[in-house]
Amino acid sequence: MNAFMKFSLGAAAILAVSFQACKPKNTSSAVSGDAAAKAYVPPGKYDEFYNFVSGGFSGQMSVYGLPSGRLFRVIPVFSVDPEKGWGYSEETKPMLMTSHGFVPWDDLHHTEMSQTNGEIDGRWVFGNANNTPRVARIDLKTFRTAEIIELPNSAGNHSSPFITENTEYVVAGTRFSVPVDYANGDVPISTYKENFKGTISFISVGKEDGKMDIAFQLLLPGVNFDLSHAGKGPSHGWFFFSCYNSEQANTLLEVNASQRDKDFILAVNWKKAEEYLKAGKGKKEKVRYSRNTWDESTHTGKHEILEEVTVLDAVALKDICYLIPCPKSPHGCDVDPTGEYIVGSGKLAALIPVFSYTKMLKAIAGKAFEGEYEGIPVIKYEEALYGEVQKPGLGPLHTEFDGKGNAYTSFFVSSEIVKWNIKDLKVLDRAPTFYSIGHLSIPGGDSKKPNAKYVVGYNKITKDRYLPTGPELAQSAQIYDISGDKMQLINDFPTIGEPHYAQSAPADLISKNSVKIFKIEENQHPYVAKGEKESKVVREGNKIHVYITAIRSHFSPDNIEGVKIGDEVYFHVTNLEQDWDVPHGFAVKGANNAELLVMPGETQTLKWVPEKPGMYPIYCTDFCSALHQEMSGYVRVSPKGSNVPLSFSLGKNSSDPTSKENNSNAQ
Amino acid sequence: MKKLLLLAGIAALIYACGGGTQQNDPASDDQTGAASTTPAPADNPDGVGKFKDVQVPEKLDAALAQKGESVYDMKCSSCHKLSDEKLVGPGWKDVTKRNTAAWIMNFVTNVDEMLNTDPKAQAQLEICLVRMPNQNLSDEDARNVYEFMRKNDGVQ
Repeated sequence: MNAFMKFSLGAAAILAVSFQACKPKNTSSAVSGDAAAKAYVPPGKYDEFYNFVSGGFSGQMSVYGLPSGRLFRVIPVFSVDPEKGWGYSEETKPMLMTSHGFVPWDDLHHTEMSQTNGEIDGRWVFGNANNTPRVARIDLKTFRTAEIIELPNSAGNHSSPFITENTEYVVAGTRFSVPVDYANGDVPISTYKENFKGTISFISVGKEDGKMDIAFQLLLPGVNFDLSHAGKGPSHGWFFFSCYNSEQANTLLEVNASQRDKDFILAVNWKKAEEYLKAGKGKKEKVRYSRNTWDESTHTGKHEILEEVTVLDAVALKDICYLIPCPKSPHGCDVDPTGEYIVGSGKLAALIPVFSYTKMLKAIAGKAFEGEYEGIPVIKYEEALYGEVQKPGLGPLHTEFDGKGNAYTSFFVSSEIVKWNIKDLKVLDRAPTFYSIGHLSIPGGDSKKPNAKYVVGYNKITKDRYLPTGPELAQSAQIYDISGDKMQLINDFPTIGEPHYAQSAPADLISKNSVKIFKIEENQHPYVAKGEKESKVVREGNKIHVYITAIRSHFSPDNIEGVKIGDEVYFHVTNLEQDWDVPHGFAVKGANNAELLVMPGETQTLKWVPEKPGMYPIYCTDFCSALHQEMSGYVRVSPKGSNVPLSFSLGKNSSDPTSKENNSNAQ
Repeated sequence: MKKLLLLAGIAALIYACGGGTQQNDPASDDQTGAASTTPAPADNPDGVGKFKDVQVPEKLDAALAQKGESVYDMKCSSCHKLSDEKLVGPGWKDVTKRNTAAWIMNFVTNVDEMLNTDPKAQAQLEICLVRMPNQNLSDEDARNVYEFMRKNDGVQ
C-alpha cells in the first residue's frame, strides 16, 4: 500500500466515522444508505414540493413539504378551528352553514388540485366532505377555503372531488345511496331497492374565478359509488367511478355487499350528458342546498341557499352510462397519464384488472354487453379488459403513475407499495409500508404529467413506529424515492387527523403567487377602521360595535366603558399592519367563543355577550413585537340599567384624568 | 504522514458537521432583523434604498400633502404624532429638518434594510425598541407623505 492510498483510506474512514457521529440516532438507522441525505432539507432551505394532505376525520387539509415532511400549515376547511377563529368569527361562520344549519365538523377524504391541459396548474385545491356532502375549493394564493358547495340528493360524498383535465368539472357521488331529497325519505329501510338512489354530481368550476355550480346530477340505481377519476387525452369526456354493493344490501354490508364476485366500474360519458342537458332532457327538481363563498375584499363569507338542481335520469337516457364488471368490491379507480388504461382495485382481490378505453369504446359500439344492471348496459368483462396483473399483493386500493409507463399500487392487507409495468403487467418492485397503507401519491401522479421523484404512502397504522402516546397513535406518511428502478424509503412523518388521498405540486408553481398581505386601502369590510382616526365605539340598541385597530403594539381604543349586561358586543378588529407575517390576535376574557387571528390589512369580528358586570381584559394573542405583552386593554361591564356612559379611549392615563390629548375620543 | 492524516481527518470532521455555507438562502432577505447584517457606509445622509439626492421645490405642493395626510391617517398615525411627542415612534415635528428627503423616503419604503444597516435608523430603534413596521408604501405614497411632513414642518 503506498502512502497516497493509505492517506485516502484513512481520510475516508474518518469521514465515515464523522458522518456516523453526526447522524441522528433514530429510526432512520432502519433505512438504507443515503436515505437521510435525500430527505434532509437544511434549516432555512425550501422543500421541493408542497404536499396537500387530506385530514380525514379532522375535517381539515394539511400542507407539508416534500421531501422533509415538515408541516407548514393546517388549512381549516370543514371543521371549526378556534386557533384561527374559523367558524367562530362572524365572518367565517357563514362558510360552515348548510341546509342543516351550522355544521362544525366533517370528514375530508380527498384532495385534488386544479388542472389545465391535464397538468396541475397550482390555482386551487379541492376537498370533499364525506359526512354532510360538500365540496370545498381552497385558494392557493391565500391557502384559505374560498368556497364550499353542498350536494343535494346525496349522502356519504366519497368519490370526490376528482376533476376533469381543464377543471371543467369537479365530481361528487353518493357512497350511501338514499331516497332523493325531492321524494319522501321517510320510508322503511328495507325498501332500499325500490326507493334508494345513487347520484353523481357534476359541479362546474368558473374558468377565472373558480366559482362552483352544480351543472347537473345523474340519477342512478342505489349502489355505493366509491372513488373516481376523469379520462384524459383521448378519453377526455369520460369519467370513471368504482362502485360496490351492487347487491343493494342495506344491512351488514361487510358480508352482504361482498356476495357477488364482481361489482362495477361505471363509465360516464359526460359530454353526452352535456348534450342531453342542452337538449332540455334534464328535469329541474326542488331541493335545498347551500353555497358559501368567501369575499376577499370584505373579508367575509356569504351563505346562500339554492333551491333547484337539474337531474338527468341516467337509466332512461340510454347512452350516458355503462358498467364494466370489476372483481371484488372495487375501491380505487385510476386512469393512467395517456388516458388509455383504467385501473380498478378490488379491496378483496388478489389481482389488478386493467381496462382499455379503446376496447371499451369498441365494446359499446359493438354492443358487446352481457346484459343490464338496473337498466344500465353491462359490458362483457373480457371485452373491456386490457389484462390483469397477477399476484401483485393482497387488497389493492389505489394506483398512481410515474409517466414512464409504470404504475404504483398500494396494498392495504399486505402493507406494501407495488410497482408494475402497465404494458406488460409485470411486477417490477415492491416496498413494505409501516403499516396498512391506504392512499398513495406521486406529484402529478393522477395527471397527464407526473413529476415522478417521490411516491408518498399514507398509512393507517403506526404501531411501534413512534414513541407511544397512549391508546391513540398518529397516522403517518412515508416517502419513497422513485427516481431509480427500486423504491427507496427515505423518510416518514406523523400526520394530523387521518390522511387519505393527497396531492403534491412543485413548490415554485405555488410559492410565487402566495399573498403576503391584504392591502388596507382595498379593505371593503363594512366595519373597517382604516387608521386609528376611524376607530370608535357605536351603540345601536343593545348591539355595540367596536371599530378597533391593531398595530405593533396597541389596540385603538383600548379602554371601553358603558357596556351593560344584555348588550351584544362586536369587536371588529382591523389589523393596520402592511407587513408580511404580522397577524394580530384578539381575545376577551370569558367569551364563549374563540380568538381572532387577523391578517395584515384584514378586518375580523368577535362576538361577545358578557354575562357578569366587572372588568374584562382584552389582549393580542399572537406575539407581535418586543412590547407584545403590553398589547392589551380593558372593557368595563356594568349592570343592566346602569348610567355609565359609553366611552372609549386610547392613551388616556388614569394618573392624568384631565388629559384630553393622546388621540383620545369620547362619545 | 500521521500528522497529515490527522489534519485531513479534522478537516473532514469539520466539513461533515459544519454549518455549511449560505447559498441561495431564501431567508436571506429576512424580515426579522434578528441578525443585522453589515452596517451601511458610515454617514450616508440619504440612507439605503432606491432614493438618492431627492430634490424638492421650495414651495409646498398642497395636493401631494393632502394625499400624504390620508396615508398618514391610515398607516402612520397609530405610532407617530404630529407634535414632537414620542408615541411608539418619534413625533414628526421637524423630521424634515433632521433628515434628507431621500433618507425619509428610503426609510418608509425600505424599512427592514434601513433598520438593519443605517446608523441613524438604528439609533432611533435603540430609543423606541419597536421595529418600525413595513407599511408597504409605494414610491408615490412615500413622496406624498414627505410632502405632508413638510407641511407639518411649516413649509408654505
